[in-house]
Amino acid sequence: MKDVAPSIILKVVCRRLVPFVQIFGLYVIMHGHSSPGGGFQGGVILASSVMLLVLCDGLEPVQRRFSVAMATAATSTGVLLYAGVGVLSLLLGANYLDYGILPGAEPRSLGMLVIEVGVGITVTGALVSIFYDLLGFE
Amino acid sequence: MNYLHLVVTGLTGLLLFLGSLDMPNTGDPQSAPAVHVSPRYIEDSLKETAVPNMVTAVLADYRGFDTLVETAVVFTGAMAVLLILRSHREEQ
Repeated sequence: MKDVAPSIILKVVCRRLVPFVQIFGLYVIMHGHSSPGGGFQGGVILASSVMLLVLCDGLEPVQRRFSVAMATAATSTGVLLYAGVGVLSLLLGANYLDYGILPGAEPRSLGMLVIEVGVGITVTGALVSIFYDLLGFE
Repeated sequence: MNYLHLVVTGLTGLLLFLGSLDMPNTGDPQSAPAVHVSPRYIEDSLKETAVPNMVTAVLADYRGFDTLVETAVVFTGAMAVLLILRSHREEQ
């Protein structure tokens, strides 16, 4: 992708906006229990914040922080985390993905939180790595 | 050959349409899911999972396997797209 130089207004507004978008994405993931939301939706919001940053700052500076390899690895890490919770409950002596055996006061809630985070990581990684690869074309 | 495709597609569509005729009407209170699955979720999901959002409780707990494979579908789709995009780039 050609390095475009957007106006200073666009750059400043994007940079100020991105933290709020990311906080909102994390909020949607973490509050999937008590309000509409969850891993899929929050992951898309997080990925959109990376895309916004690429649109205003260009590909190079963003990929220094969140590289292609990291995005691709995140895609599989999320699935691994989800399946890992299942294996963990299997090791603790319950059925696969039966969160009731996990430690804590509300184990089912905890298990759901972990898998929602896993789903969020996968969706973020998938969207960002597809976005990066599409931008790689001249 | 194209007519054969059209016939196969049409027959499949007809089969799916015929199958949908046996489905209960939308919002039918006497349908099987509304009679015993939904009341169970509405009455017991908060007690059993301590999660106030019923949709999340069904999605992530009762149907945890479904969501796991759903995530695997997202992963597989992303990998397929990446493989296609990157193979084209190497040819250039």
